[in-house]
Amino acid sequence: MKQGLLSRNPSILWFLAALGLFTLGITVLSEATGTGLISTSFVKTLGKTLCLCLIAIAMDVVWGYCGILSLGHFAFFGIGGYAIGMWLMYARTEAIVAESLAASPIPPTAQEIIDATGTQIFGVVGSSDFPLIWAFSHSLTLQLLMVLLFPGLLALVFGWLAFRSRVTGVYLSILTQAMTLALSLYLFQNDSGLRGNNGLSGLQNIPGFEAVPQSQISIAFFWASALALGLGYVLFAYVTSGKMGSVVRGIRDNEGRVRFLGYHVESYKLFVFTITAIVSGIAGALYYPQAGIINPAEIAPIASIYLAVWVAIGGRGRLYGAVIGAAFVSLLSSWFTGGGAPDIPLGFYTIQWVDWWLILLGLSFVAVTLFFPKGIGGLFDYLTHVKTPFRVGDYGPDKGALRQEEGHEQ
Amino acid sequence: MSTLLEMSGVSVSFDGFKAINNLSFRIGEPELRAIIGPNGAGKTTFMDIITGKTKPDEGRVLYGEKSLSLLKMSESQIARVGVGRKFQKPTVFEAQTVRENLAMALKNPRGPFDVLLYKKTAEGAARIEALAEEIGLTAELTRPAGELSHGQKQWLEIGMLLAQEPRLLLVDEPAAGMTPTEREHTTDLLRRAAEKHAVVVVEHDMEFVRRLDCKVTVLHEGSVLAEGSLDHVTQNQQVIDVYLGR
Repeated sequence: MKQGLLSRNPSILWFLAALGLFTLGITVLSEATGTGLISTSFVKTLGKTLCLCLIAIAMDVVWGYCGILSLGHFAFFGIGGYAIGMWLMYARTEAIVAESLAASPIPPTAQEIIDATGTQIFGVVGSSDFPLIWAFSHSLTLQLLMVLLFPGLLALVFGWLAFRSRVTGVYLSILTQAMTLALSLYLFQNDSGLRGNNGLSGLQNIPGFEAVPQSQISIAFFWASALALGLGYVLFAYVTSGKMGSVVRGIRDNEGRVRFLGYHVESYKLFVFTITAIVSGIAGALYYPQAGIINPAEIAPIASIYLAVWVAIGGRGRLYGAVIGAAFVSLLSSWFTGGGAPDIPLGFYTIQWVDWWLILLGLSFVAVTLFFPKGIGGLFDYLTHVKTPFRVGDYGPDKGALRQEEGHEQ
Repeated sequence: MSTLLEMSGVSVSFDGFKAINNLSFRIGEPELRAIIGPNGAGKTTFMDIITGKTKPDEGRVLYGEKSLSLLKMSESQIARVGVGRKFQKPTVFEAQTVRENLAMALKNPRGPFDVLLYKKTAEGAARIEALAEEIGLTAELTRPAGELSHGQKQWLEIGMLLAQEPRLLLVDEPAAGMTPTEREHTTDLLRRAAEKHAVVVVEHDMEFVRRLDCKVTVLHEGSVLAEGSLDHVTQNQQVIDVYLGR
């Protein structure tokens, strides 16, 4: 099987080699494990970028391969982040509280520590009790399970309802966007149990590793992100190759025809939607400890729209295209919005990229959609001379063949 | 010859227009049947009802020994119990190779996990080779289907139909866009399939229907106008009026 998978997807080896080389290079240049040429904060940026690349390939599978333009996959990313964030915040706050209470004359009971932890975490939203959804927050294992379960279940239920009613195309996109918007608005409320718009913070401090400097933690998360991206790439290459890939692409191109071949299209969509949601959750769980903070704004609809933009610019329907798009656009975005790009004085007006970057991004999105529908990844076709079928004109050479106009009937 | 499909009292209307009007129809297995009729007679709607694309307002559609009601089943279920369809306009997956198209149609378990864990077998490969040989696309197996000519796409679609190994084959205008030799080959194929299974062919071309040499059903305004041998129905005064009167 492995042999078959690799021969069908030569890009796997290239990708893994490039990812390995990149990881090695950053390791050698980082502060913790190498020369220190790259700052810890930049290592974190790169680690986060790898997580964004992971959700981008998930998006590419659901959109580029299966044809479902989901504008809600960042909801799953955020849920993964919240799930891991709950444990991080609970465990660390508990440790701090226990330490400070230990100094008091009477040793605290277990309940007192929990209560004081609750006050610490929820004081900011005027509460002190742990809501029900924090029931498992004391256990890393259970919260890691939640990283998989919550996004998976939400995708399963949402997808089942949506696909079963045969909602497709732009209506489905709107529905997914409504889902992520509803979730983000809900989380913005103080009584949602997840600290409202404050979100969860201090996630960069890993409980049990307080003595370890951030430079080492950052490189460890960088490695974990690279590993997850590599595994995710192989997983999705497996899903989108062979017969499964054939059926999934068939659904994208003509789902009615796939149905008449006897495939239950809704099950396939649900499978793709759910598995990509779970991978998005994993990506989020790796991203937010590196970002340090998560709040409901992270899962606003705009985030999922950016995701679609990355995939479109990188090139839909090829996994490495999504990786290139996500890495390229998000790094460029940090460069422009982080003040890296010099202002352009025009005399009467100064173009400040912090404000103008979005306009540039919007223009390039429109340009890519109109002029380079294959995105950046399409450049590889020039290298490998892949010819893609694009039929214009009549359907056959003889006079009896259908003319081009007739092909558009029905 | 046992009855494979029985439709009775089926009606369907679109915005008040009765596309199918109290239609009753039955076909046995094995049997070859041609359906003719002027444009708008309801031939395509008839196929849509059997394959589950259109739900009729009233009537019954029963299939197989256990008399399964097709009206309660989804399109994919109907396809899985053995109803295969070839569309009028060839609809193959143009971005995929001929081999992938055939492999997708090949009779195999259809669940997502069956497909995900599916392993290519020598048996399946041999079947694809045999089908490709039959439809004359052996040399084109690795080409994307989008590059094929219209006639070749027709053949591919027929190959995909055969690959599903259906018991009931619904074939909509198989000969459109084919050369005379290809038409002859198509007739052969259909007649051979009809030795074991039920084959329903919708066709405009009388010459083609004559070559099929089978029972003919004439549809008009959504119901059966006449049924019998081609000679019998073409001598029917009503049929002549309908065909000449349009």
